[in-house]
Amino acid sequence: MVNKKTKFWGYRRANGRVGVRNHVIILPVDDLSNAAAQAVANNITGTMAIPHPYGRLQFGADLDLHFATLIGTGSNPNVAAVVVIGIESQWTKKIVDAIAVTGKPVVGFGIEGHGDHQTIMHASAAAKKFLQDASEIHRVECPISELWISTKCGESDTTSGCGANPTVGNAFDKLYPLKTTLLFGETSEITGGEALLEARCRSPKVWKDFMFMFDRYQAMIERHKTSDLSDSQPTKGNIAGGLTTIEEKALGNIQKIGRKCKIDGVLDKAEVPTSPGLWFMDSSSAAAEMVTLCAASGFVVHFFPTGQGNVIGNPILPVIKVCANPKTVRLMSEHVDVDTSGLLRREMTMDDAGDALLDNMMRTINGRLTSAEALGHREFVLTRLYESA
Amino acid sequence: MIHFLVHEKDDGVGVVVVEGCKVGQKAVGWIMEPDSTVNVALKSDIPIGHKVALKDFKVGDTVIKYGVDIGKVVAPIKKGEHLHVHNVKTKRW
Repeated sequence: MVNKKTKFWGYRRANGRVGVRNHVIILPVDDLSNAAAQAVANNITGTMAIPHPYGRLQFGADLDLHFATLIGTGSNPNVAAVVVIGIESQWTKKIVDAIAVTGKPVVGFGIEGHGDHQTIMHASAAAKKFLQDASEIHRVECPISELWISTKCGESDTTSGCGANPTVGNAFDKLYPLKTTLLFGETSEITGGEALLEARCRSPKVWKDFMFMFDRYQAMIERHKTSDLSDSQPTKGNIAGGLTTIEEKALGNIQKIGRKCKIDGVLDKAEVPTSPGLWFMDSSSAAAEMVTLCAASGFVVHFFPTGQGNVIGNPILPVIKVCANPKTVRLMSEHVDVDTSGLLRREMTMDDAGDALLDNMMRTINGRLTSAEALGHREFVLTRLYESA
Repeated sequence: MIHFLVHEKDDGVGVVVVEGCKVGQKAVGWIMEPDSTVNVALKSDIPIGHKVALKDFKVGDTVIKYGVDIGKVVAPIKKGEHLHVHNVKTKRW
């Protein structure tokens, strides 16, 4: 049972934040630097490259989000140290300088004028030192209030709304009074459930901030849509699983914030919360985009309920899968960390399910690998707002 | 044993939570709030996770689940039939 006296073993970073993993990452600024970053990670076993396809000729808000996501990823307390590699040195330095504010070891390398070989050689030397230094950082006992937990569901079906999502909601209702920092999002998947959220906002200002993000997202959908989105949202997997409309999907989604906790604030994409409580972050409902943003906002562990069996992981965050669909649990058991299918047979109460998730969470934050970690799922997907220039 | 689950007592649909529900079967539903049961004779085969209509619907009716509007009926639905994308659509977008 998790209560206010609960402690966990975490990695306390120079800026005071607590992580539950101790990664040394090789972070490319742009697509062109993926090859060098992956070569460094191959040279120095135990470091991890985080390749991605973007970072050239972006501008305005889209570029700001690119930087915020990469800087947030490097600054995440699950990361001990960062080697940044970019095609040119200016944008590389911008990311290095921002991550350095956390006080963690970080160094950058620009490829232009040096080539991949020289860059890989120097970056590998830095990565080796960072990895050896990180291996001497020990877990220390930390109060549960220092834990940041995010949630997002995926490949939902109707069992998500009856079982897996309210399991997360039950756990959130238990974590909220412990002064933890909690996050949910998926702006388009509130569609049809806005009124339920209004009742949960801490103040009229929080509701107004939420509606700004919600209306902005709806306007984007209206601008680009060519149909009622029934080919994309709900997804084909959602529909195969029995979800019929976005409204039905949204009502299931909202189960993840439980029944008691209040929404204390609203964040833009990759923005970092400023106090404990439950936060809404404007975000895509695509699983890897959203979880990547959670990591960039500083969250260290993630609850991921699924119905049809989304297999997602993340390089930075341990992603804990919760599933209540007995068919999915049977056919895809290697992906399921917490089986709450007993809820649908009335063999398990919601309280039992929430406790089972919290028990798994405690083991995970103390060091046990999640299924997604063990299976090597490291989906890192940057959210793009529009085309490059 | 329960075959389907209903979130709230005024909901017009239940969610099938076991595999192999067949036409003609007498299905037992658990209404979660307030805790009670309901029986429906199935008029369609309904896969796990899919919804059964708990009353007759005509075109233009609103479907309620979780006590909230989840969309509009676009083809008539009889109590006990499969309710999904072939007869219900979003009211948004």
